[in-house]
Amino acid sequence: MILPIVRTALIALRRDRGALALSFILPIAFFTIFAVIFGGRRDTTPKVSVLVVDEDHSAASQRLIQGLEREGSLSVKKRPASKQGAEQSDYTAATAEAAVKDGTAPVALIIPHGFGENPISFGPPNQNRPTIQLLKDRSDMIAPQVIAGLLQKVAMTAMPDIMAEQGSKYMDKYAGGFTPEQKKKIDAGLEELRRRQKAESGGHEAAPADSNRGMPIPVTTRDVVGENKNNPMVSFYAAAIGVMFLLFTASSAGGSLLDEAESGTLDRVLSSRVTMGTLMAGKLCFCSLLAFCQLVVMFIWAWLVFKLDFIPHLPGFVIMGLCTAFAVGAFGMLLASVCRTRAQLGPLSTLVILIMSSVGGSMFPRFLMPAAMQKAGLLTINAWAIDGFTKVFWRDEPVSHLWPQVLVLLGVGFVLFAIARRLARRWEYS
Amino acid sequence: MASAPVVSTASLLLPLRVEGVVKRFGELTAVNGITLELKSGECTGLLGPNGAGKSTLIRSIVGRVIPDAGTVTVFGDRTDSAGARMALGWVPQELALYLKLTCRENLESFGQYHGLRRAALKTAVDWCLDWAALTDRAHEPVKNLSGGMKRRLNMAAGLIHRPKVMLMDEPTVGVDPQARNRIFEMIEKLRGEGISMIYTTHYMEEAERLCDRIAIIDHGRIIALGTKDELVQNAFASRSEVLARFAKADDSVAAWVKERGGDLENGIARFTIDHATEIAGLLEAAAKAGHELADISLRKPNLESVFLHLTGRELRD
Repeated sequence: MILPIVRTALIALRRDRGALALSFILPIAFFTIFAVIFGGRRDTTPKVSVLVVDEDHSAASQRLIQGLEREGSLSVKKRPASKQGAEQSDYTAATAEAAVKDGTAPVALIIPHGFGENPISFGPPNQNRPTIQLLKDRSDMIAPQVIAGLLQKVAMTAMPDIMAEQGSKYMDKYAGGFTPEQKKKIDAGLEELRRRQKAESGGHEAAPADSNRGMPIPVTTRDVVGENKNNPMVSFYAAAIGVMFLLFTASSAGGSLLDEAESGTLDRVLSSRVTMGTLMAGKLCFCSLLAFCQLVVMFIWAWLVFKLDFIPHLPGFVIMGLCTAFAVGAFGMLLASVCRTRAQLGPLSTLVILIMSSVGGSMFPRFLMPAAMQKAGLLTINAWAIDGFTKVFWRDEPVSHLWPQVLVLLGVGFVLFAIARRLARRWEYS
Repeated sequence: MASAPVVSTASLLLPLRVEGVVKRFGELTAVNGITLELKSGECTGLLGPNGAGKSTLIRSIVGRVIPDAGTVTVFGDRTDSAGARMALGWVPQELALYLKLTCRENLESFGQYHGLRRAALKTAVDWCLDWAALTDRAHEPVKNLSGGMKRRLNMAAGLIHRPKVMLMDEPTVGVDPQARNRIFEMIEKLRGEGISMIYTTHYMEEAERLCDRIAIIDHGRIIALGTKDELVQNAFASRSEVLARFAKADDSVAAWVKERGGDLENGIARFTIDHATEIAGLLEAAAKAGHELADISLRKPNLESVFLHLTGRELRD
């Protein structure tokens, strides 16, 4: 008796394309996305972007920067990308800070005047000594850690002679002084080290694995974005999770069109003074309104429970909320128009929304993804909406800076709705 | 000097005029050149089996199906005009309602779709609830109503804008006899108000009770049109029908019935006779042939007899 039951279930599954897609395509799609993001392929491992400002212009600072540039996991930028072929001037402390604030890079390093005089130190902290400043965006918890670690590593691999020299000075000072013979041997050793360093002209070989011990280069870390925020990830996740569920809500609300088509209510409505265009516009308004209300509830919850700075950002929230709700509403209408039945809509919307959400940054921040995937994410509503909300709530940018997100979301909304309207012609007449 | 062609105003103002309507779905011709006129205050029944083309014709009239040929006008206007839409009311075969909304909310929604607002809307909704005897259930969600109540609300929703022409597509499908009687009373009330109506059904008793004229439809064509008496008269003149049920309806019985000019369907033989005295001869012949009769009756032909006579099939095949 078991076999006929299994057979019946298999036949039913084979004829249910939605269930088949959920069973086999969705897991494969998800596996592929996660595998690509988390290092399934070496060449797509994301590089950490770091802006470097050299105020010292010493040999030591140059060597440190060269060392950082040789690091495969870093993308070091000393100046903004050229505009219309014109080279830009090097970053200054102020422009680098502004660049971190607007999200150009998560971290900036400022190498101060006087760094080269005493680049490496083993002694107790010295208040008068210039230290490298690390400016960071608090929302990215990984990049500053990577930079801080690599900075120490580079100090050892790019400036071994300075390291040794400073070490011997420290020993001389605190171990009671070297004998002239010991000093002579140390100087000879240092000379040999410098000579070898010169011969290697940059020494591309990797440093020993344990070279990151200690903190010979003092670094002062300062948050330049989100320094006064209570919880760096709340605004991100309020937007990220919010948009994902907005998509589900909108597709479900758009599905009422399919319910009405199946029940015959749509025919009755269209036999009245209501045209298909009016009906679709009404449904779009409903889906968008519902999505906006959902965002409001989510952000108010984040405000009340997680102390999100909601009220001061209200204008930006309203602009981004309305644009996101419009795009998402149009997306819901499109899904409903593509599907023939409500039964088709469920699996299709699940498949599309989960993939969009994972690529678009609703499940984990896009800065963790390989560069190609970050670009692919820009094809999703999620990415643009999250970027906009991040500008508002995290970077405290003025509403005038939201124009790229606003334009894209409105454009996407209009295009999706136009396609949905075109597809809905099949319901107009038989 | 040649005079201008005279157009009959009376013809233009017919509540409904269907002329040569053809609708094909691929290879299937669902409606095959139907022409029909509905006079003011008249109820015309479309009687035919499932798949005869009744619903497609109704959907063509209401503008939900674009005919491949032919025209439909409502009081002289094309069906897609605003005037025609306001003049036409449609009760679809399906329960085309919002199940989560209450009766009142449903009627309000459909009323608004027809452009009714404020006082006019409230008056129309109250009238419809009263007409459908649903006033006491006005605030009940539709999903909680009985089948008969849903049917009544479905009809009321088609009437919310008080149209002059109603198209009722099998409004009693799936309804028990008691609820069906209530629906008949509602329709008779509408007829009393002078509303013109097209009523589709495959129940001859409904057509006989409600309709002034009946169009018998089969395979997308009107094969007969007239009052019930006209249809019967045309098909049978003054003849009567004898229905005979045999104890055993085997092949020899079928052959005997055919030989005597009758039809055998589901074990019941039908013969047409000119006079009641012919029954005795029929009984004698059956006894001689060795076919035992279980039951025999004489009746005047009805619409079902007409349909069988015209198509060779029963109405509910």
